[in-house]
Amino acid sequence: MTERASLEFTVGLFMAAGLLSLVYLAVKLGDIGVFDNDTYSLTARFVSSSGLTEGAFVEVGGVRIGTVEEIRPDFDTYESIVAMALDPELKLQDDAIASIRTSGIIGDKFVKITPGGSDIYLEPGDEILETEASISLEELISKYIFESGDKD
Amino acid sequence: MISAIRTPIVSLGGNIIAAVEELGRMGIFFATVLRHAVWPPWEFRLILRQLRFVGARSTLVIAVAGAFVGMVVALQFYDTLVRFGSVSLLGSAVGLSLVRELGPVLTALIIIGRAGSATCAEIGIMRSDNQIDALECMAIDPYRYLIVPRFLAFLIAIPLLTGIFDVIGILGGWFVGVVVFEVNQGAYFQSMADSVLLHDLNMGITKSVAFSMVIGWVSTGKGFLMHLNRSMVFGAEGVSRVTTDAVVVASISVLFADYIISALML
Repeated sequence: MTERASLEFTVGLFMAAGLLSLVYLAVKLGDIGVFDNDTYSLTARFVSSSGLTEGAFVEVGGVRIGTVEEIRPDFDTYESIVAMALDPELKLQDDAIASIRTSGIIGDKFVKITPGGSDIYLEPGDEILETEASISLEELISKYIFESGDKD
Repeated sequence: MISAIRTPIVSLGGNIIAAVEELGRMGIFFATVLRHAVWPPWEFRLILRQLRFVGARSTLVIAVAGAFVGMVVALQFYDTLVRFGSVSLLGSAVGLSLVRELGPVLTALIIIGRAGSATCAEIGIMRSDNQIDALECMAIDPYRYLIVPRFLAFLIAIPLLTGIFDVIGILGGWFVGVVVFEVNQGAYFQSMADSVLLHDLNMGITKSVAFSMVIGWVSTGKGFLMHLNRSMVFGAEGVSRVTTDAVVVASISVLFADYIISALML
């Protein structure tokens, strides 16, 4: 190999290795959707989405089928609107229930969807009407203390 | 009596004026380099040559460093996480710390030591031997011919080397976590993919681009302005001082910039 060709070869090899690593990181870890770009969006309205973050999982039957895309407040009703990007193969009934749960005791919050029994399916962009807000351990405990106080 | 007070004040003032002058010279140098770097024509052959030196020949060092850093990070996190019974978070701990912090910073520090010092010494010796004046006599622009190819090589090579460092580090962490400590392989990669978001990757790449600019700037500039150095030492000793200076300034600036970018992007 001539000196000229070997210079280009080494640099080319280096550039290829570097770019491949960056692409690997972007696709594998950064979740840039080059291949699986097709999701559809549903929203749900929670009284409180405390602790839920954008990028959190959406699960049906314990299996991840999407992520939380956006969380924004509704300034009129003081609720929070959560937009989710879901697998297009998943068809949800209009009486499906979305609830915010915690994985483990100190784990991340995620949205759990329980399917309904209705014959009407939700279209992309629709809103899940049945929701359960984040459960706050402190509120539960205080509720328990006050309610047991009333019975006495 | 008066001179006893005067002397330290005079030396303080002199030092500050010298520092401001040097900062100004480096600033003008940086602006000139940037102007030449974005303006065609470029010397592609020279850029390739420098890319081979800065990039291709550093790959092995970066790969070995990345493997060991990934392994030791996995070892340390495993030891911590196993106390809480959250070993499944190993992948996310290794991935986040490599992509956001260790990859860009350690790659930059290694490249300062391997290529930045060499570049500074090379250009410093050219200045010391009046080779740069000779180029100017022949109407060859030293910026276009000497500085810009080196600057661009740093700018292109360091982000790519950071990518290589990250990937090899993740594999090193995989080796320690999955092969040695028998963490579940799916848990390792899944928790990594879940917790490392595009934003984290963005932060790592922003950092490495900023570091590459700092390194290219300091290591070429210190050498190029060798004849104007503050301690007024020239020749071989001047080159050695300027090179030491370049390594110190570049390393400190990288760590400083690292903090600033982290604070702005977190």
